Amino acid sequence: MRHPTRPSGGPGYLDGVRAAAPIGVAAFAFGVSFGVLARSAGMGRLAPVVMSLTTFAGSAQFAAASILAAGGGVAAAVAAAVLLNLRYGPMGLSAASTLEGPWWRRALTAQLVVDESWAIAQRDGRIDRHLLVGAGLLLAVGWVGGTAVGVLAGDLVADPASLGLDAAFPALFLALLAGQIKGRSRLLAAIGGALIALALMPVAGPGVPIIAASLACLVGARRS
Amino acid sequence: MTAVWVTVAAVGLATMAIKAAGTLLVGDRTLPPRAQGALEHLAPALLAALVVSQALGGSGGGFAIDARLAGLAAAAVALVFRAPLLLVVTVAAATAALVRALA
Repeated sequence: MRHPTRPSGGPGYLDGVRAAAPIGVAAFAFGVSFGVLARSAGMGRLAPVVMSLTTFAGSAQFAAASILAAGGGVAAAVAAAVLLNLRYGPMGLSAASTLEGPWWRRALTAQLVVDESWAIAQRDGRIDRHLLVGAGLLLAVGWVGGTAVGVLAGDLVADPASLGLDAAFPALFLALLAGQIKGRSRLLAAIGGALIALALMPVAGPGVPIIAASLACLVGARRS
Repeated sequence: MTAVWVTVAAVGLATMAIKAAGTLLVGDRTLPPRAQGALEHLAPALLAALVVSQALGGSGGGFAIDARLAGLAAAAVALVFRAPLLLVVTVAAATAALVRALA
């Protein structure tokens, strides 16, 4: 067996690592820019790295650091970050049935859920645990490592936007979405999610449009 | 400095709790078919919302039209030609970088 991690013939951890590699580069680059932003926001060297390790969610960390930098206060920073991360509630719920082991191990594995690993791990409407863990670990190494590089040597690194890396994320999600559109009800869920996000983005704060868009999954509750 | 650590601790603990809530609440119980059906439609709904917000979202909320949209259009063309994921992502980044360099 060349793949000892996949006795059942399904994807192994390495397949998750491989699938996440293209977006891992972008995660590293944005980790660097988070480190730079956090440093200039007066967060010091250690706190941004600890935050990348424990929160492990880019948009929420950027929001919290920006609010602290602007003098917005702790409560506003925490509220914005938590609102942005509420989408991990439904994402974690959809991963729940595939996680194994005692409660602490399942809770620990669930920490590897981020937008990109969750999206890459989709298989036939369910989450594949091996893909989730492989992709999640690679993204975590890139994100935390990038943050460390950013706080230590941020001035030496190019702006990720000038490399177009901010366009890599919507492209990844579009590619994975294309693989998800099988049948009319999933197409409806996608259209519903996009429309809800578009409608709320101009009026609601960051985070709200995405958590509201998850309600479009209810089109799948009709079948019994 | 204390404010920084309070923020880091609060956001970290809240995020870890949110991520773990699903598996801790459901455990190894099987969900009712309707709930399972809804969860199987979560990926297309959320992925579509992520495409929209990542391609069009401004840094402080609202819309911002910039080179990301050109990158996304290039990615869509690559997808029509059934390009592999690595190529789709690379084409998007290269297009956005090119548009920014020319602008």
